Amino acid sequence: MKIPDIRLENFVCPLPIRNDRQIVIGHGSGGRMSKLLIDTLFNKYFNNPILNRRNDFAEILLNEEHKGHKLVISTDAHIIKPIFFPGGDIGRLAISGTVNDICMSGGIPKYITAAFILEEGLLLDDLESIIRSMHETAEEAGVDLVAGDTKVVEKGKADNIFISTTGVGFVNKNLNISGQSAKPGDSVIISGTIGDHGIAVLSAREQLGFKTTIQSDVAPLNDIIQSIITAGADIHVLRDPTRGGLATTLNELALQSQVSIQIDESSIPIKKEVRSACEMLGFDPLYIANEGKVVIILPSNQSAFVLELLRKHLLGRDAAVIGSVSPPEKSPSVIMRTMIGGFRIVDMLSGEILPRIC
Amino acid sequence: MCLAIPGKIIDLFVTENTKMGKVDFNGVEVEVCFEATPEAQIGDYVIVHAGFAISVLDESEAQETLDLFEQINNSQDNNSN
Amino acid sequence: MQIIEKFRDKNQIERIITKIQELVSRKWLIMEICGGQTHAIMQTGLQGLLPDEIELIHGPGCPVCVTSLELIDKAIAIASKENVIFTSYGDMLRVPGSETDLFSIRASGRDVRVVYSSIDAVKIAENNPEKEVVFFGIGFETTAPANGISVIKAKKNGIKNYSMLTSIVRVPPAMQAILESQENRVQGFLAAGHVCAVMGYHEYEPIVEKYQTPISVTGFEPLDIAWGIYSTVRMLEVGEIKVFNAYTRVVSRDGNIAAQQIIDQVYESCDRNWRGIGIIPESGWKLKPEYLDFDAEIRFKVGGIRTKESEICISGLILQGLKKPNQCPAFGNVCTPQNPLGATMVSSEGACAAYYRYTQH
Repeated sequence: MKIPDIRLENFVCPLPIRNDRQIVIGHGSGGRMSKLLIDTLFNKYFNNPILNRRNDFAEILLNEEHKGHKLVISTDAHIIKPIFFPGGDIGRLAISGTVNDICMSGGIPKYITAAFILEEGLLLDDLESIIRSMHETAEEAGVDLVAGDTKVVEKGKADNIFISTTGVGFVNKNLNISGQSAKPGDSVIISGTIGDHGIAVLSAREQLGFKTTIQSDVAPLNDIIQSIITAGADIHVLRDPTRGGLATTLNELALQSQVSIQIDESSIPIKKEVRSACEMLGFDPLYIANEGKVVIILPSNQSAFVLELLRKHLLGRDAAVIGSVSPPEKSPSVIMRTMIGGFRIVDMLSGEILPRIC
Repeated sequence: MCLAIPGKIIDLFVTENTKMGKVDFNGVEVEVCFEATPEAQIGDYVIVHAGFAISVLDESEAQETLDLFEQINNSQDNNSN
Repeated sequence: MQIIEKFRDKNQIERIITKIQELVSRKWLIMEICGGQTHAIMQTGLQGLLPDEIELIHGPGCPVCVTSLELIDKAIAIASKENVIFTSYGDMLRVPGSETDLFSIRASGRDVRVVYSSIDAVKIAENNPEKEVVFFGIGFETTAPANGISVIKAKKNGIKNYSMLTSIVRVPPAMQAILESQENRVQGFLAAGHVCAVMGYHEYEPIVEKYQTPISVTGFEPLDIAWGIYSTVRMLEVGEIKVFNAYTRVVSRDGNIAAQQIIDQVYESCDRNWRGIGIIPESGWKLKPEYLDFDAEIRFKVGGIRTKESEICISGLILQGLKKPNQCPAFGNVCTPQNPLGATMVSSEGACAAYYRYTQH
């Protein structure tokens, strides 16, 4: 009699749960259920020659087109509440976020990986929406998802879903766009209105009880950035002002480049609904998150030309010059000329932004 | 202590015996309590603090104040001539 | 609203400031009572545009700053209980208690939630009948009716799992305490416009009469504040000492009677301990006997609180306008918004926080 070779380690009930409307622990075990999840959901949307080889790795052949380029790599972890918000979701956020980080080098993003931590109980319909959104955003950005991983944790251990992404791109070796490259005399441009994403997300969190038509600006910026790079603009710095808002980003750049940055409050583009929401809650829009905007620092004689290019693009209609760079006074800082002609220091964000009554 | 901004009343109703309403702040809609401003009408502007309407904004007074500024700016200018 | 935009008009503001410049003949020390005004002044950089003869001192109108340490510790003790959902305006979350703060209590796993209005807190109580929901009802007179309405609603609708931790403070007694002080240098006041929207300004007339210090009831837009300063300087220059209403579009002498009725229904006078200043008699409001069922201090019987204030924090002196934040040895080094020693560094319009954020340090 043949004795069956039974392996008992990592034993999981082999019967797939029929009522599979939600993620269960079994989906993360690496067995049949995991495979089913990957085949029916992930691979339904993520489909390219590299991924279709079904290896644990992605192989990319470097050839002539990569010569004379630098490799650009970036990684991000995405957590957001709620996972669906006006104008986007965590999936679009994940792809856009990493694509945009790569773009800040002036380079072109090509590949992206995604690791998912799924909370037990996450609805499969929600997961499918997120994956579909990632697929659409990746197509928009021209990137291929070439590697991925999925794990499941018990209920309560992850806020529905966490996504970690790594992006890979290429940038011409002669381009040296960096946060350290701002020079006195440079102009500072923002590609559009500030605070949209943060307010859209807050409005979707019901406890603050306000409704608005504001949509998150979450979007991949590769096309708009390439439009100015390929036009031959001389760009010193590119940075996307995400968490912590425009103020925090400008402070980081001032520090990195060891300069002072002056901005003009009346030049900063902001939607009136965003301004009102901020006033109502006592927020300063300079500190509210953005997910589809870029700060561009460049020689002042280039700013008119770049502004015109940006405004031709769908994502840059409200682009504006908001300030300039000068040598640091005592130390790197950001100073703002206010709407009434006064001056104030714009500090970095410290701690969490909380609505106030005072 | 007094973060309060003006918004336009777009709806008034009663919920669980409490006078409530909806106020629009340039596209942001908030539910507000109107127990302290029962005389407010739809279309009025109210000052809202912590979800509570504390005063109806008097637009004619606002204009009067602005006119007063003009007067002050002009009168001294005339004097200096 | 278009007419409001006119109160932010840069040209108009420049012109009023020019008038102030023309008017002023000597140094004047003016205190703006309200923390919201402090914030507006610093955020717009108005201070830097005023003539040097005008010195603005920031007053104690920051309810976050003046809520007593003992009450903060009680709030923390209540929020630490397992069955409690503790709700609060956002301002209070980072205020340091003797050992910790509400933010840290939340981080440690307790249910502490920010609400925009007290009625939201009552809704939370309705939706969570198995929990005790407590609302941290701090504020000046402006916020008193907004907080009080929650207790009226809870009583009317029989929401037994709701209670409020009350700390309402009043402006006129604080103003008097400042004026009574031997070291007082304040010559004129900008009264808090929204406090006056609720209470009117008749309460300030006896104070003006007694101390011969003019008061302008002032709003919050930059032009409102410039106008309040202009009116106060004018009264000082010509010796016309009275209460001037510089916020007529919102404030009347009698105030909002309906709001005052809500206050009368729910609150009665009491002594209050102002953090950093001390006990000012009859300077606060507490819940009336018929609403004591909804008083969180009684419901939770939080006793045995031993407070411990930072020894180097001088926020009391700052709240009374006797010192400026940059005169404090700890300012900007040991004491920062990330590591505040006192409430004036935490609250977004506490004078120390405003100085830190908006000026070079």
